[in-house]
Amino acid sequence: MKYISEFRQQDLARQLAKAIAQTVDPARHYRLMEFCGGHTHAIFRYGVQDLMPDNVEFIHGPGCPVCVLPTGRIDNAIQLAERPDVILCTYADLMRVPATGRNSLLKAKAGGSDIRMIYSTQDALKIARENPEKQVVFFAIGFETTTPPTAVAIKQAQAERLTNFSVFCNHVLTPAAMQAILDAPQPVAIDAFLGPSHVSTVIGSRPYEIFAERYAKPIVIAGFEPLDVMQSALMLIRQLNEGRHEVENEYSRAVTRQGNQKAQALVQEVFELRPQFEWRGLGLIADSALKLKNDYADFDAEQRFNTPAIQASDVKGCECPAILRGAKKPQDCKLLGTVCTPENPMGSCMVSSEGACAAYWSYGRVRG
Amino acid sequence: MTQLIDELFIKHFDNDLLRQHNDQALFTVPAGRLVISTDGHVISPLFFPGGDIGSLAVHGTVNDVAMSGAKPLYLAAGFILEEGFPLADLEKIVISMAAAAKRAGTPVVTGDTKVVERGKGDGVFITTTGVGIVPEGVNISGDRAQPGCAILLSGSIGDHGVAIMAGRENLQFDTTIVSDSAALNSLVADMVAAAPADIRCLRDPTRGGLATALNELAQQSGVGMVIDETRIPIKSEVKAACEILGLDPLYVANEGKLVCICNAAAAESLLTVMRQHPLGRDAAIIGEVIADEHGFVQMTTAFGGRRIVDWPVGEQLPRIC
Repeated sequence: MKYISEFRQQDLARQLAKAIAQTVDPARHYRLMEFCGGHTHAIFRYGVQDLMPDNVEFIHGPGCPVCVLPTGRIDNAIQLAERPDVILCTYADLMRVPATGRNSLLKAKAGGSDIRMIYSTQDALKIARENPEKQVVFFAIGFETTTPPTAVAIKQAQAERLTNFSVFCNHVLTPAAMQAILDAPQPVAIDAFLGPSHVSTVIGSRPYEIFAERYAKPIVIAGFEPLDVMQSALMLIRQLNEGRHEVENEYSRAVTRQGNQKAQALVQEVFELRPQFEWRGLGLIADSALKLKNDYADFDAEQRFNTPAIQASDVKGCECPAILRGAKKPQDCKLLGTVCTPENPMGSCMVSSEGACAAYWSYGRVRG
Repeated sequence: MTQLIDELFIKHFDNDLLRQHNDQALFTVPAGRLVISTDGHVISPLFFPGGDIGSLAVHGTVNDVAMSGAKPLYLAAGFILEEGFPLADLEKIVISMAAAAKRAGTPVVTGDTKVVERGKGDGVFITTTGVGIVPEGVNISGDRAQPGCAILLSGSIGDHGVAIMAGRENLQFDTTIVSDSAALNSLVADMVAAAPADIRCLRDPTRGGLATALNELAQQSGVGMVIDETRIPIKSEVKAACEILGLDPLYVANEGKLVCICNAAAAESLLTVMRQHPLGRDAAIIGEVIADEHGFVQMTTAFGGRRIVDWPVGEQLPRIC
């Protein structure tokens, strides 16, 4: 637990809280978007908001891969899993995401589909090796953090000639989402960003520089521990007070400006940009997601099974789309806590523990 | 086959009542209030660090009976075996179960065995039922928590759940953590003897962990609770494993711990009694009961903030990033 507990210390939190209280300009309001679900989770789980002055507001961003996946893609995955010849391998947090007709992977599994919860892409390869008579499909999701392991698995499958393995690719790109939020027709008032931490270990801090420059927004790459979040908030507040808008790196213990170039090269070798991809809440965004390159088409589940494009509509009244853009808060949604609960989620933000609604409902609703 | 199994059971569980070869056990009970509880045990893997399904089946039911303040007396056991289950494994389980029953002082006095076709079971399922007697003057129930009461926990949380997870074949991490599976009746007996009228609620935080047990008690009693994260004992290995898997130890199962809600005035002396028992060595006062119409369980975090400790949703699922 060394190197983790250090970033959760109460005495340091108190000192930081004091520094923040002394630094904020009481005359202004600070709207900080924490980009990632990991930040949202830390803010709620550790009660970070309690330590911040009233005029510092966290706006929850779209950086939760489970939350931004559109319903149609879950429907696709369920259709794949329902094929008798398929074993679908998925990360566990997708299991409860609502699909069309109140379906979910969890319900499909209960209905007899062979769906396996895995912890790494290596588990999916192992299942493929052990079940040569079955088609093993890996339901790949996530931002730049989880893309390199998918690339490794594809290359390994190719090297081993594992012909029964394929990937249903839903990897998406962080900078595209940031751009979409800033370019929205009715942009949400955001003063500054707490930038992604794990994603930035791969892509580096450089891709954000253009946003700091072009949109005049301070960005601080922020780790996922509660002290990281507070320290980054302080750095953003200082930038705003001083009228600066730069990319700063609070998470310097893991992130460099260039990122992990080996991982980047691997991703470039296996994947290419899709012309566009649908994001829940943000709609169709150009150049925002990846697909397998032609050289690896044999491992592309979309081609192997000819998966249809499904346009699915979200539950009426669900505010997930607006919440993912930062335009609304979970407590603004009429479904929250009435028909939509973690037990019976209507929208994706209530599913993942990183989703703003789940975090708010599980940890924060006592504040009313 | 059936005869072989019967012989196996009688050989290891050996006691006067079982040896009568009746379809039931007949015994005289002391005067007082009788408690009965039953629990089905299905677990994978069947053998895990610190125990197996046999010892677990004894501890689970003994503890459920003991959480009423009762002295557990006897157990009944039902086995459902999948055809082809290795007899050697069954014998290992029965030996472990018999040893656990002996340690707890609760003999298995009647039982039943069924064999189902291959593929219709998962090796072995064990259901145990226990009976016990509640001493005079003891009135322990989940609906008796009142604002002002103290919340005590008998030791570190999450050991069992993490030991089980580490034992599953698709999770490859090595750990020295062993399950805390244990019969709590002797700890309860010490506590009840020391403060019979002050103990209001007892609960063993098994599946769903401490968070679930506290929420159940808060709901039954119509109260809220505030606990202090820094006072909850958690082993650093358990903390680290939960960190890797993205789990919250508050929701991870225990099989040898109890939560006690008692009158505040008796809390310190009861804590001393608990700490003198080997199963309560790391006991702590972790919080207090408050008035709250919403029935929220809240936690002051080690970080200095406050958050809700909510009901769990299904099984905890590891997060991807």
